Amino acid sequence: MSRDSRERILSRIRSAVGGAPEAPEVPRAYLSRHAPEDPDAVLDLLHENLADYRAHVHRTDGAGLPALIGRLLEERGARTVVVPDGLPARWPAAWAAEPVPDTGLTATALDAVDAVVTGCALAVAETGTIVLDGGPGQGRRALTLVPDLHVCVVREDQVVASVPEALPRLDPLRALTWISGPSATSDIELDRVEGVHGPRTLEVVLVRGPV
Amino acid sequence: MRVALFVTCVNDAVFPSTGVATVRLLERLGVEVDFPAAQTCCGQPQFNTGYREETRPLVRRTVRAFEGYDHVVVPSGSCAAMVRHHYPAFGPEAAALGPRTYELTEFLVDVLGVTDVGAYFPHKVTYHPSCHGLRMLGLGERPRRLLEAVKGLELVELPGAEECCGFGGTFAVKNPDVSAAMGADKIANAVSTGAGVLCGADNSCLLHVGGMLSRQGAPLRAVHLAEILASTEEEPFA
Amino acid sequence: MSGIFVGMPAFPKAAREAVQDGTLRANLRHATHTIRDKRARAVAELADWAELREAGKRIKDRTLRHLDTYLIQLEEAVTAAGGTVHWAADAAEANRIVTELVKATGESEVVKVKSMATQEIGLNEHLEAEGIRAYETDLAELIVQLGEDRPSHILVPAIHRNRGEIRDIFREEMGKWGRQAPDGLSDSPAELAEAARLHLREKFLRAKVGISGANFMVAETGTLVVVESEGNGRMCLTLPETLISVVGIEKVVPTWRDLEVFLQTLPRSSTAERMNPYTSTWTGTTDGDGPKTFHLVLLDNGRTDALADEVGRQALRCIRCSACLNVCPVYERAGGHAYGSVYPGPIGAILTPQLRGTTSEIDASLPYASSLCGACYEVCPVAIDIPEVLVHLREKVAGQGGKGHRLEKAAMKAAGWVLDRPDVLAAGERLASKTRTLHPRKLPGPGARQWTGSRDLPEMPAAPFRDWWKKNRTGDDA
Repeated sequence: MSRDSRERILSRIRSAVGGAPEAPEVPRAYLSRHAPEDPDAVLDLLHENLADYRAHVHRTDGAGLPALIGRLLEERGARTVVVPDGLPARWPAAWAAEPVPDTGLTATALDAVDAVVTGCALAVAETGTIVLDGGPGQGRRALTLVPDLHVCVVREDQVVASVPEALPRLDPLRALTWISGPSATSDIELDRVEGVHGPRTLEVVLVRGPV
Repeated sequence: MRVALFVTCVNDAVFPSTGVATVRLLERLGVEVDFPAAQTCCGQPQFNTGYREETRPLVRRTVRAFEGYDHVVVPSGSCAAMVRHHYPAFGPEAAALGPRTYELTEFLVDVLGVTDVGAYFPHKVTYHPSCHGLRMLGLGERPRRLLEAVKGLELVELPGAEECCGFGGTFAVKNPDVSAAMGADKIANAVSTGAGVLCGADNSCLLHVGGMLSRQGAPLRAVHLAEILASTEEEPFA
Repeated sequence: MSGIFVGMPAFPKAAREAVQDGTLRANLRHATHTIRDKRARAVAELADWAELREAGKRIKDRTLRHLDTYLIQLEEAVTAAGGTVHWAADAAEANRIVTELVKATGESEVVKVKSMATQEIGLNEHLEAEGIRAYETDLAELIVQLGEDRPSHILVPAIHRNRGEIRDIFREEMGKWGRQAPDGLSDSPAELAEAARLHLREKFLRAKVGISGANFMVAETGTLVVVESEGNGRMCLTLPETLISVVGIEKVVPTWRDLEVFLQTLPRSSTAERMNPYTSTWTGTTDGDGPKTFHLVLLDNGRTDALADEVGRQALRCIRCSACLNVCPVYERAGGHAYGSVYPGPIGAILTPQLRGTTSEIDASLPYASSLCGACYEVCPVAIDIPEVLVHLREKVAGQGGKGHRLEKAAMKAAGWVLDRPDVLAAGERLASKTRTLHPRKLPGPGARQWTGSRDLPEMPAAPFRDWWKKNRTGDDA
């Protein structure tokens, strides 16, 4: 049945456009980036755009990172933190909160955890976006979805200016999550309010130098 | 310079004063105006209602009527847009009329290079840019620049200026309730400016808006831009 | 399309009721004006918007020209990545496929991400009849579902409801579907969003089957993309064991790189954001992360009919951003329900009659539901010339000669005959002018109501322009 429909749909397409003129190559006269070629300015832009959509942005260096994360968790009252595989072990060592390793926790178990701390694959300055690809220190997608607080660490060498610069650096075969601020909705009177199903608080830590 | 006036069917039958104003204005600026009597309607009402074949003879007639003129001036953005954007679908001869056709403000600003046409109109005026002039022709600031240069005229910004007035040709009768609701909002915005004159460059829109102003007894009258520009201290027009 | 909104009156009649509903008018005005200005600012931030728009248009055109090739490529890539691809020629087939897939899991409830395609085919109603309950999880969809209402906007299906109405629906209905609304729920959007969070969380946590649509499908990689704001999409795409995505065949794009255009133009056009809060992309299944089983149902349901129309096919470029609805003066007054379809507004007026045909009264009236002001074309991020398609569809409707159109055609022919004879026209104009004192400014009778119900007729001039010209510039008397 579906097999017949496959042939039927394909043949309907062929008869619909078979005689149409060839569609030319796509012109790509748009910019590959809008931001200036200045890493400091790009980092500032990321900071500004993340903050504009209500992410809380912090800056530190590698040495100050574990303690800063610990302070953020404490300020938000997080007592348990899920820790994805590959997160540097010295980070949780500096926190008062109890680290919970991801041993295949169920969604319900994750719902009982207060927070998650991850790295990321890259960040896009012009749109204020961080992208997770499930690589080391990021974990599977549910980890950054169910807990209500997400602390995400971005190294400065992970920051790109634009969407056109981001896509070639990402592997489409991995499941990707692009995050631009905490969960939000415009469904009531087309006015934006933050905080629906995803983590209602997003803390982003921008790190200079090696972590 | 010799130009042909394409007065449009609506102006010919219902708003001849706009045609007269256009002639007076152009002559005052040293332009020699012809009125080819073979002209009638550009065919836009037929075309936009879905009657392409019924449009064809009118396109043919219009093209023939303006043969030999390098400049055809139309005091209507909508009719000018019809000629420029839709005539090409009726063949190369029809397509050739497009580049020679100028909406009045385009002709004044781009061809004659004037924004101060020496007009005098001591009234508070607000301007409604009709959709086809605004979006299909891209008239932009031309009408406002012309109005700003008119002596005695106080130009006030119309809130929601770029929103359609609700005329839309046969839309006005096929969807009368939505059309009237759009017109009512346009009028409320115009009244809120405190202007005494609602100016436009398309009498078809003004037929609708003016009809509503009249019905509501609003303290505002609709006047075509050409009539304001034709007005002088010696010879007030509108 | 399936028989949604059966028995809808023609657009003008449905719109008349909407125009008279003061609350609805105020809700729509407030919401559309809010987003309109924001969109303009978000778009103005990008100096290369025109180039992005052109590229988006051309990517889609190229895709449509070779749609068969890209769909086959997509099928291969999805299959290679562990997914299963199904083809559905129409709504009935798509519903049957999805129902069988859900039944095979042994589950009797599913969670859904907002999806136009599944609304178009009436999937929820079909599942309900088969004993499967579908929970909508998008906030606006939830409002519509709880209120037993119909969607009225592509992006914000409950745009016709204000915060007070939403609070009342939550208070009265949530308890019947699961966790009830918190006591003392106010009408603040933040509290309403919180109520939705609490109500839906238990459903997400126990969900075994998720159903979604997709904004894009990448042929070369087999990747699907869902663009959203709330996180309900992530919940449905990530937590269940089985994911079923129902996607229109026109949603394919050739390459991964092509997303660089749409991920810039879609968020700014729809929610006026630089980027929406969450975008999920997935390719088949991933070990240890997300659903173990993935089914993609490719839906035709009238799309190949639209594709065969050389003017109308540009409607298939649509990326469902809703910018055209938000700027449309007709949509703002008539509301989404008047369009009688899940696709309202300007895009609906050209898409619905192509997907469903123009045999019903409502569908035949849609191409006329526009003043052709062109605001929709101006904001469309893939440059669909909606006025052009509207006029083209009017030709089709007029050509089929249905109700009223035979008379109209005769009138057009008669007018054309007069307008092709300037002397006859002039005689008519003179007659009208001579008898002008007899003309009332308001005409009696039903035929005239359409004009004079709200507007006076102009006073006829003393003489037509051509007579003035003859007298004053040629020296002849008329």
